[in-house]
Amino acid sequence: MKAAVIVFPGSNCDRDTKIALKKFNIKPIMVWHNDTFLPKVDLVVLPGGFSYGDYLRCGSMASKSKIMSEVIKHAKKNKLVLGICNGFQILVESGLLPGVLIRNNNLKFICKNIYVKVVNNKTPFTSKTKKNEVIKIPIAHNEGNYFIDEKNLKKLKTDNQIILQYCNQKGLVNKESNPNGSLINIAGITNSTFNVFGLMPHPERASDALLGGDDGKFIFNSLLNYARN
Amino acid sequence: MQETNLDIAIKHGLKKEEFDKIIKIIGRKPNLVELGIFSAMWNEHCSYKSSRVWLKTLPTKNRYVIQGPGENAGVIDFGNGDAVIFKIESHNHPSFIEPYQGAATGVGGILRDVFTMGARPVANLNSIRFGSPKHPKTKYLLNGVVAGIGGYGNCIGVPTVGGETEFDDCYNGNILVNAMNVGIAKKNKIFYSVASGIGNPVVYVGSKTGRDGIHGATMASAEFNLDSDEKKPTVQVGDPFTEKLLLEACLELMKSKCIVSIQDMGAAGLTSSSIEMASKGNLGIKINLNKVPCREQNMSPYEIMLSESQERMLIILKKGKENFAKKIFDKWGLDFSIIGELNNSKKLEIEYNDEIVGSIPIHALGKNAPKYRRPWTPHKLPKKTELKKILKNINIKDVFLKILSHHNFSNKSWVWEQYDHMVMTDTIQGPGGDSAVVRYHGKNKGIAASIDCTPKYCFAHPYTGSMQAVCETWRNLISVGAQPIAITNCLNFGNPERKEIMGQLVESIKGIKDACKFLNYPVVSGNVSLYNETNGNSIYPTPTIGGIGLIKNLKSVMTFNFKELDNYIMVIGDTKGHLHQSALLYDIQKYKEGPPPAINLNNEKKNGLCIQQLIEKKYLMSVHDVSHGGIIISLAEMSMAGSIGCKIELNNINLDKIHYLFGEDQGRYILEFNNRNKFKIINTLKKNEIKFEIIGKTQKNDFEIQDVLKIPISKLIKINNNWFKKYTLN
Repeated sequence: MKAAVIVFPGSNCDRDTKIALKKFNIKPIMVWHNDTFLPKVDLVVLPGGFSYGDYLRCGSMASKSKIMSEVIKHAKKNKLVLGICNGFQILVESGLLPGVLIRNNNLKFICKNIYVKVVNNKTPFTSKTKKNEVIKIPIAHNEGNYFIDEKNLKKLKTDNQIILQYCNQKGLVNKESNPNGSLINIAGITNSTFNVFGLMPHPERASDALLGGDDGKFIFNSLLNYARN
Repeated sequence: MQETNLDIAIKHGLKKEEFDKIIKIIGRKPNLVELGIFSAMWNEHCSYKSSRVWLKTLPTKNRYVIQGPGENAGVIDFGNGDAVIFKIESHNHPSFIEPYQGAATGVGGILRDVFTMGARPVANLNSIRFGSPKHPKTKYLLNGVVAGIGGYGNCIGVPTVGGETEFDDCYNGNILVNAMNVGIAKKNKIFYSVASGIGNPVVYVGSKTGRDGIHGATMASAEFNLDSDEKKPTVQVGDPFTEKLLLEACLELMKSKCIVSIQDMGAAGLTSSSIEMASKGNLGIKINLNKVPCREQNMSPYEIMLSESQERMLIILKKGKENFAKKIFDKWGLDFSIIGELNNSKKLEIEYNDEIVGSIPIHALGKNAPKYRRPWTPHKLPKKTELKKILKNINIKDVFLKILSHHNFSNKSWVWEQYDHMVMTDTIQGPGGDSAVVRYHGKNKGIAASIDCTPKYCFAHPYTGSMQAVCETWRNLISVGAQPIAITNCLNFGNPERKEIMGQLVESIKGIKDACKFLNYPVVSGNVSLYNETNGNSIYPTPTIGGIGLIKNLKSVMTFNFKELDNYIMVIGDTKGHLHQSALLYDIQKYKEGPPPAINLNNEKKNGLCIQQLIEKKYLMSVHDVSHGGIIISLAEMSMAGSIGCKIELNNINLDKIHYLFGEDQGRYILEFNNRNKFKIINTLKKNEIKFEIIGKTQKNDFEIQDVLKIPISKLIKINNNWFKKYTLN
């Protein structure tokens, strides 16, 4: 399996993502934001960081960069796109995913390990998990508070586009287990065709037991599984 | 050019004799640009004029040191062609005036010092100290500084893995923000700031020059008074996004062989960077200010030379490599401008609008800057006082819980959860442990780092307190299984023109010297911050020490959380029950008399090296040093971190319980191990003549000291976690 990792000026999880992909036998190719050509790949990853300094609005300028029009074409062909943290912000800014990500409700940057529950395991990104499985994974963001209007939230629910929800260790989704104020604890969603996935937690940071956990493997193994079939 | 006189010189912070010296050196009165340059280079921050004679006495070498003080940062050998580069620096004055930007640019500055040398920065640490939580400015400063440190480090993508946050009345008018950075490089790919090669181009890269931060270094060398807020315009504004681009562009250029030398534009900007490079290379430098990329129109030569705009670098390139280098900076969207060249004149010559607007002999500014052997008074060790009366009514459980919920000893996750401590995916142990541990990227070895100081000890007796700061970093490194290698220091003091403050500085340096010498733990880089006082009230002497250790095998990284039930708990070292200056007396009982705990370097070394052995042999389950609050607090920390309780019995201890549990004697550790290794451990300790006592065992749920207290761990955690949340909510 081959993946293009897009490097924007200000990306800072590009190297971490590359290392994690390699570890799970997905071949990473680094692609510069100013390129106008996307190599032939199965997956595009928009990594975490502060693209363009997060100036103006997180992900806003990156969503208008040259390579993004190629990424949008790639997505429209029903091919896989994964946006992690700042990558998720870029996906909502570019319109590939619905909703917005606003500032955390405590108005502070939050970096810590949290738990998420897999709500939908029938996607290319979650096929190797069980429904309702609880996963330990870190978050590190200032703007991860997901919001969407009521009508579209209903649509997200009925179309099973909510993939991950913040929860506690036991899988309970409630106010106490919501780190940033996200609407109904949303941590990750897909588009209606399940080929574009954005999530605030960092699976690449949960890929090494030495660093405190490797639950991030669920995404990478699911992707491999999808590529094999 | 505008003429100058003594009045203008004094407004620039120069003394009469210094102004006279300038006239003697250049043979005439300086013009305004030249005077500005002299004042920037001769202030305390850049010239170390009060501290230089004493700093020279510090040990700076052992077999690991590749580069000691005098460069942008210190460099140590990490084996197999690998090097570790690190330094600490203060940003106290700017952070008090504008906490967010002051702290942010402090992080940015220290990052540049490290990557200037060819290193990729891999870890940020910091030591931040505020006034009393009740002081009206403290909450604003705490919020601003923490957000600023996070704002910069998180954006550039270097993890903030450790540090300390403390409060004390002595910082009410003068907070401390000390930032440390650690980077990694190949031993044969280290870049220095010594210019060479007549005719080589001088290149400016990075952000444009603006009017921010003019005379920042001069401000940092003056005392504060009531109108400090008016100094806001001298605080620089940081742009971590540009620094990230600059970092990547510099590291990309460093892969080629184009660079002769490189220096970041930090304090005193273009002035100090150009002078330092030329001075170290014994050359001259000519720069044309019309070529300097400026953010604002009509900037004067004075402003361009003294601006402290951030995220800028000065590079001496090999002649002919200009186009190759420019392409890299174009790719990253950064300014690149050839602003001058090296020559043999031994002068700094500044050209503007086809006129020479300044000409100063290079060595006058650097090597021959004034240095003072200021008068100082010694500080006697205070006598121990009678404590019977104070201790009479103390209830152990009561004061124990008070310490756990005290602002200086409560859990600091409110602070470090605002820092990205995981980016770069090499953080083996983040904030909250004895030392931070980061994996040496791509290898099975690690870098351990710890930053420490106990200012109340240093105030009570600067010599002992400063030794203690060195020893505490050493102990913290030992506790995670590292071999301590070297330190960087940040000496924060008051006004050195006062004899007693100068005495604190002198004796503190002596303490650092003696401890470092004995432990073979040299100083490889550092920074001095003086004049930390407001309206004549000085801070406590605060020599912040940043220690670096090597972990040869990541499998032997040690942590302090209790691991299993029914394991033995042992105290290593000599417990005499020293209570003066302890958490119990100083922080809870507000009793501030008496000496700090004594340092016995011999025991310190012996105990540390033995623990190192025991960890290497894999006999131990957990290790924690005993520090603030004494044995009882260390045990509580081990219990809370592991959610495993303990049962302590003190029947065989020959000391009353308060002294034993809360005493802050130095050179001690607590160990957890299982029955299988018990005798091997005891044999090793006996062989090495190390004092120890087994004081209990781990158990489920409860933190228990027989006949004294029994509290569920969950309650301890709650009490320990409360303070920051409550304080910052309202």
